[in-house]
Amino acid sequence: MEYIDRLPSMDLMRSEKMMLAQLIIPVESAHRAVSYLGQLGLLQFRDVSSDPLFYQLPLWFSVYTCYMLVKLVAWERLLNDDKSPFQRTFVNQVKRCAEMSRKLRFFKDQIHKAGLGLSPHPASETDIELEDLEVGLAEHEHELLEMNHNSEKLQKAYNELLEFKMVLQKAGDFLMPDGNHSADHETELDENVHTNNDYADSASLLEQEMQPGLSDQSGVKFVSGVICKSKALRFERMLFRTTRGNMLFNQAPADDPIVDPASNEMVENIVFMVFFSGEQARKKIHKICEAFGANCYPVPEDSIKRRQITRDVLSRLSELETTLEAGLRHRDAALNSIAFQLTKWMNMVRREKAIYDTLNMLNFDVTKKCLVGEGWCPIFAKTMIQDALQRATFDSSSQVGIIFHVMDSIESPPTFFRTNHFTNAYQEIVDAYGVAKYQEANPAVYTVITFPFLFAVMFGDWGHGICLLLGALVLIAREKRLGSQKLSSFMEMLFGGRYVLLLMSLFSIYCGFIYNEFFSVPFHIFGSSAYKCRDATCRYQFVPQMIFLNSLFGYLSLLIIIKWCTGSQADLYHVMIYMFLSPFEDLGENKLFWGQAVIAVPWMLFPKPFILKRLHTERFQGRAYGILGTSDMYSDEEPDSARHPHGEEEFNFSEVFVHQMIHSIEFVLGAVSNTASYLRLWALSLAHSELSTVFYEKVLLLAWGYNNFMIRLVGLAVFAFATAFILLMMETLSAFLHALRLHWVEFQNKFYSGDGYKFKPFSFASLTDEDE
Amino acid sequence: MYGFEAMTFNIHGGYLEAIVRGYRSGLLTAADYNNLCQCETLDDIKMHLSATEYGTYLQNEPSPLHTTTIVEKCTLKLVDEYKHMLTQATEPLSTFLEYITYGHMIDNVVLIVTGTLHERDVQELLEKCHPLGMFDSIATLAVAQNMRELYRLVLVDTPLAPYFSECITSEDLDDMNIEIMRNTLYKAYLEDFYRFCQKLGGATAELMSDLLAFEADRRAVNITINSIGTELTREDRRKLYSNFGLLYPYGHEELAICEDIDQVRGAMEKYPPYQSIFSKLSYGESQMLDKAFYEEEVKRLCLSFEQQFHYAVFFAYMRLREQEIRNLMWISECVAQNQKSRVHDSVVFIF
Repeated sequence: MEYIDRLPSMDLMRSEKMMLAQLIIPVESAHRAVSYLGQLGLLQFRDVSSDPLFYQLPLWFSVYTCYMLVKLVAWERLLNDDKSPFQRTFVNQVKRCAEMSRKLRFFKDQIHKAGLGLSPHPASETDIELEDLEVGLAEHEHELLEMNHNSEKLQKAYNELLEFKMVLQKAGDFLMPDGNHSADHETELDENVHTNNDYADSASLLEQEMQPGLSDQSGVKFVSGVICKSKALRFERMLFRTTRGNMLFNQAPADDPIVDPASNEMVENIVFMVFFSGEQARKKIHKICEAFGANCYPVPEDSIKRRQITRDVLSRLSELETTLEAGLRHRDAALNSIAFQLTKWMNMVRREKAIYDTLNMLNFDVTKKCLVGEGWCPIFAKTMIQDALQRATFDSSSQVGIIFHVMDSIESPPTFFRTNHFTNAYQEIVDAYGVAKYQEANPAVYTVITFPFLFAVMFGDWGHGICLLLGALVLIAREKRLGSQKLSSFMEMLFGGRYVLLLMSLFSIYCGFIYNEFFSVPFHIFGSSAYKCRDATCRYQFVPQMIFLNSLFGYLSLLIIIKWCTGSQADLYHVMIYMFLSPFEDLGENKLFWGQAVIAVPWMLFPKPFILKRLHTERFQGRAYGILGTSDMYSDEEPDSARHPHGEEEFNFSEVFVHQMIHSIEFVLGAVSNTASYLRLWALSLAHSELSTVFYEKVLLLAWGYNNFMIRLVGLAVFAFATAFILLMMETLSAFLHALRLHWVEFQNKFYSGDGYKFKPFSFASLTDEDE
Repeated sequence: MYGFEAMTFNIHGGYLEAIVRGYRSGLLTAADYNNLCQCETLDDIKMHLSATEYGTYLQNEPSPLHTTTIVEKCTLKLVDEYKHMLTQATEPLSTFLEYITYGHMIDNVVLIVTGTLHERDVQELLEKCHPLGMFDSIATLAVAQNMRELYRLVLVDTPLAPYFSECITSEDLDDMNIEIMRNTLYKAYLEDFYRFCQKLGGATAELMSDLLAFEADRRAVNITINSIGTELTREDRRKLYSNFGLLYPYGHEELAICEDIDQVRGAMEKYPPYQSIFSKLSYGESQMLDKAFYEEEVKRLCLSFEQQFHYAVFFAYMRLREQEIRNLMWISECVAQNQKSRVHDSVVFIF
């Protein structure tokens, strides 16, 4: 054990050592303590609010509690083990925070609608108390709502006037035949100067004659108003149906669109005027107008009156306009002042809510003076946490300190790998398959190299590799700038995997050199060689537990190395295949070593079950000792096996042997099929090189064959396009996916159980970009 | 061709079937109902719902909540989901989805017409309408004075027009007329929907004819019970029953002459599926009948999710969600009026 302890720490390979700690926090310092822990971000709280208390408290505490219990009789609360969310302790505070964040969302929405921007950097002057903020927010909301209400009212009045104005203007056109237009203007003049112009007189006489004729003599009346353009057709149809066609519908598009106060959008309207006769029809038309939301305005038939009203309306309109504008300015100013603080407030409310949510996970002890909580933290963080707790006690000037002590735990701790910029992406790739069990070997360590390497085997072309490298370098060079801004989902993915991209491109360049490929043009830098596509099936031999595999595929790798060394012409595929099909026949020139098959086949079939059997026996022996020696530890870890230890102690050979047989057949099949799966490396690398050859030969070289500049240009363009989109983007994606599959399915299923859970500390830093 | 839907169904219907099954898994669970029933105030209900799929619809509501707001927002979610499915759907699924809303359309027409008859404000009535049953000129219904006008002015443009052929009269509208109109329309609607589903064939026809038959039978029972003691003649009553379903035709003959609830029970108990419903009720009782029918309906709707490659899941999902909203409304009403002991009276659990 000492030896193991003295080994260098394996930060990447194994999870950080975790411990379960219990916190007993006096009520007065609880809020501050939790907020300090949130700043530190190294403690993951467990939800203990519904646990019965006895099991969590240390012994001295439970003796004390028992004593108190006799007095207090708080049994019922203690044993209430299923609390719904709104029965928790700090539920009111959580509700208040939710209400505040609703208000903040409302402000944000308003600011957005007004076309103002948020100040990106939170103004960090004075810290305000939550209570003050709550009052402030309520005031702001009230103020804003009132302003909105007022401006809506004003806007409505303004809209009505505007519509009235338009109706009045258009009504003139509807009421007068075309010829009277000029007369209309002249009557105006004539009215003012009182000249006895014959023509003008006769015109106005004509007008006066005509209008009574319209309304009184034949009983024709009209209704005029404004309706939304999209409803106009249906409106007209409905009018036609109700009056059985006994009406005349005149319409004209309104000049200006009107702002709908409810949705704040511009609505295009039309002005209409319906002529009809009869009282019954009038009622119906009014009802229809009401149903369609058309606003009707009374238009005097007399043109003089009309002009008077128009003048009136115009003056009121300009008045209203100034009022509206002033209101808007006032509102914008108010919103601006809010916008200045909004980001800060939002952060603050979000934090407060997180703190109360966390406090809800704690439990009151029986005396109701302390909160009891449990949480996981890495061992290295112990001093930091204790420090933070001490500060909290001091700052809240509490009499009693916060008790922090380590507990034994039954359940497995969360897994916590410390990663940096570089390893993070690889860790993510592994975590997407499954989070490592606590203290399980972390495949991310291998993945850092194997993943880009497998990718490169499929994408081996140093020309394309350089293109990828440039892309990766651009992303890395702009790391600071891109990291701070919000990216689209695709860019975010690309940016997150920038270091994966970097290594992938470097390895592609390397493999490209080995394959002698540069945009499918052979570049003989290391001389001609033939290992391309041949060695792919057996590159992959670092799986430690594959004793069996080594007998078959290890042999294959050996053969390959021998082949490289001796320059034999033997076809390795033949060797491998005939080894199974006809182990004792002469393989002709494909023969490398005499007797290879005789050794290899039994080597493959026999040792495996025996080794497994031995392993199995060892395991059982080990377990038997384990039960004798540390039985309580076993009962913690494996409750099932601990419950019937004697049943399994007897070694039932036939059963185990059958099980082993099934298992070994499964393993053999799995190994063969998985290894065959690695053929995709070969297939894809071939596909990639063939594809690029096709583009190179059939497009670029073909185009170059012509002596025409244009054709060459087009050929070059097509080639560049195909290279960029098909070879660089699509092929990268496919090689990436295949490498991913090889890691997840073929590599990790050999040893990686990945059934742990991730360490998610309570931290303010992870809150900020949430809930957008 | 029954049994071969699996070959072609997914070409057009696969995506939406997956969507609707996803929606269905968002229905509130037993634990949710348990928590909701323990709520003390409407704010508690809001807080609890904020953890469910209704969260985004309720989160921006200012605090003194009303039951109507909760119901309105929950319905809005259903409408959004329905619209999403409708825009994605191709024929004949889109027609099928449209059929689902016709029932609400009939209810809305009746609501507006009745409301205008009692001189309510049209805007106020419009707010009460179910958003799924809205159509363009619905507000104009207020203009009509009798059935003929109703049809000629407004409904001729709606999908309900063909159902109206039975009830065009020049009589002035009154409560009785309107109720008869509702049932005649509903009868025509159910029969049309039934025919449409039969035409679709396969599992859809099988499951939908079962569900629609249940609906038709339930309506027949309700019509019978509601018309006991009114001036509706036996022949008129008989005319309102849909011409399909388990009770058709002999059960209808018996229902048509029923004069009290126990006679209805006598008629219904001859049909095994309904026997279990009526056996839960004590004699002379009809209040709990609705709940018993809803429970049976929910059971049948849930069963339709057991089969794949058919459209009945869409119908079932819409109905289940509506039932859930009814449950929420009842729970909120009970909480708001401090009648928590009655919470379980009308809640139909959907699991």
